Amino acid sequence: MPEIGEIAQKVRSKNAGPFWLTVDIFCGGAEAYTRITAGLDDAAVARAFGADPAMLKRFDLPDLAVVKYSLPRPTVQGTAADRDMHGAGWAVLVEEMRID
Amino acid sequence: MVRILVPSGALGLGYDRAALAAGVAAGPDLIAIDGGSTDSGPAYLGRGVSKYSRATTKAEWGELMAAQATARVPLVIGTAGTCGADAAVDWLCEITAEIAAEQGRKIRVARLYSGQNPAVIAEELAAGRVTPLPGAPEVSAATVATCTNVVALAGVEQIAAALDTGADVVIAGRTTDTAIIAALPILKGCHPGAAWHGAKVGECGALATTMPNSGVIQIDFDETGCTIRPLSEGARATPYTVSAHMLYENSDPFILHEPGGHLDVRGARYRAMDDRTVRIEGSAWVPGPYAVKLEGARVAGWQVVSLALLRDRRYVAHARDWADGVIARTRAQVEARLGLGPADCAIEIRLIGIDATLGPLEPRPGGAAEVGALAIVTAPTEAQAAEIGKMLNPWLLHHALTEDEPMPTFAFPFSPAEMPRGPAYEFCLHHVLPLDDPMAAFRIEVTEVGDA
Repeated sequence: MPEIGEIAQKVRSKNAGPFWLTVDIFCGGAEAYTRITAGLDDAAVARAFGADPAMLKRFDLPDLAVVKYSLPRPTVQGTAADRDMHGAGWAVLVEEMRID
Repeated sequence: MVRILVPSGALGLGYDRAALAAGVAAGPDLIAIDGGSTDSGPAYLGRGVSKYSRATTKAEWGELMAAQATARVPLVIGTAGTCGADAAVDWLCEITAEIAAEQGRKIRVARLYSGQNPAVIAEELAAGRVTPLPGAPEVSAATVATCTNVVALAGVEQIAAALDTGADVVIAGRTTDTAIIAALPILKGCHPGAAWHGAKVGECGALATTMPNSGVIQIDFDETGCTIRPLSEGARATPYTVSAHMLYENSDPFILHEPGGHLDVRGARYRAMDDRTVRIEGSAWVPGPYAVKLEGARVAGWQVVSLALLRDRRYVAHARDWADGVIARTRAQVEARLGLGPADCAIEIRLIGIDATLGPLEPRPGGAAEVGALAIVTAPTEAQAAEIGKMLNPWLLHHALTEDEPMPTFAFPFSPAEMPRGPAYEFCLHHVLPLDDPMAAFRIEVTEVGDA
């Protein structure tokens, strides 16, 4: 089973304000988009981020061949517990996830 | 038609000078640049200071003021000085006055202040008038009252009021990223959906093009849509680069909330006009109740950090046990000598090379030849943080995994080993404040600066 990062062109994560995180999977083409949208397991994504599945938002954007996830930040930006001010490091949790 | 020239995604990031000159020559109606964001964390708002160097800010702002003089149109900056606090607005105004004097000009400056009195916002929260957005932290009125800075995000109404003063330069405190671009097109009766959508595309400069670092982008607004064109040699806007930009730093790729309504781009159509220019039509502006978003930052404690390096193979393999041992021994001393328990202060060691980026979410911890032990102390006072940092030191230096082994010594890159970080700030508001009059929470001051 390959990692999503091996199929997609790019996976990035970024703050969407101090309280939300957004993860964009740029599939890079229709074939990769079909494979990734079919293989992605939202519950597994929520688990990887330690997130409440009910708060995980998913957007499938076929015109861009992008899948977008948004969720409350695992830690609020800049709090003592936060490790990643810009939120870019969390992308690897999706990038390195294996799918069928 | 209204033409807005955006030199860069943020003042201080640089831009292509030739493209800026081309933009000025193309006859813009307004030059707009963003000055900040929350993206670098709460300390800038907490302190009311800029993230970027004063010298860099002055150099770039001076070039934009010169462009303003040539184009003879307003130059507008939003979220001045990274955070848009009143002190940051005044900081940029002081720089503006220095430049105006050096350029031998007298210019009219409008300052738009977004700062709020934390005590008043705390009362509004207690009265239920300030309400949380999804994902907001649990916060009490007493906590809000301790904020060092609270700002409200201005929209197009407040920018339009600042432009109405006839200012050459508008220095705005906290605004939404889009407001400084959308204000004039909306004031002039352009299509409101296109005004907001074009502003969202342009707010990061040329990020929505094939050359993200070139900075300069021009957006033309009219009654039916908007047209996006980057101005650097070789830079191209395509339907893909432009439509993909709605994803950026936005939790919903179709909806963008602003004071007084939201932008809905689900009906947007993107069309290539030539190989570098994109036309957008079909976006909708959906009016709603008028409310402004609030941001606040407060001191959450005082921090001291220390860094020790583990290279010994056995200690690298057992780094977590070692760090737990260091913390347990330090905790015992902190409890005995300062009377502070785990509820009073935080002592943490993040292991660089194991899981420092992701912590407990790391699926592939470890594997490195060395480990950096980043110790972070957060305590209620500066003196307590300093004391705890010093109590940590002997353990970080010599703590052994077992009692019956020679005393190890680890590498410290610095002397003193402890680095005071000063106050540690936290964001504590993700709330909205409804306003009957958009200007009720904002004020404008107009001054003339420089020499005639």
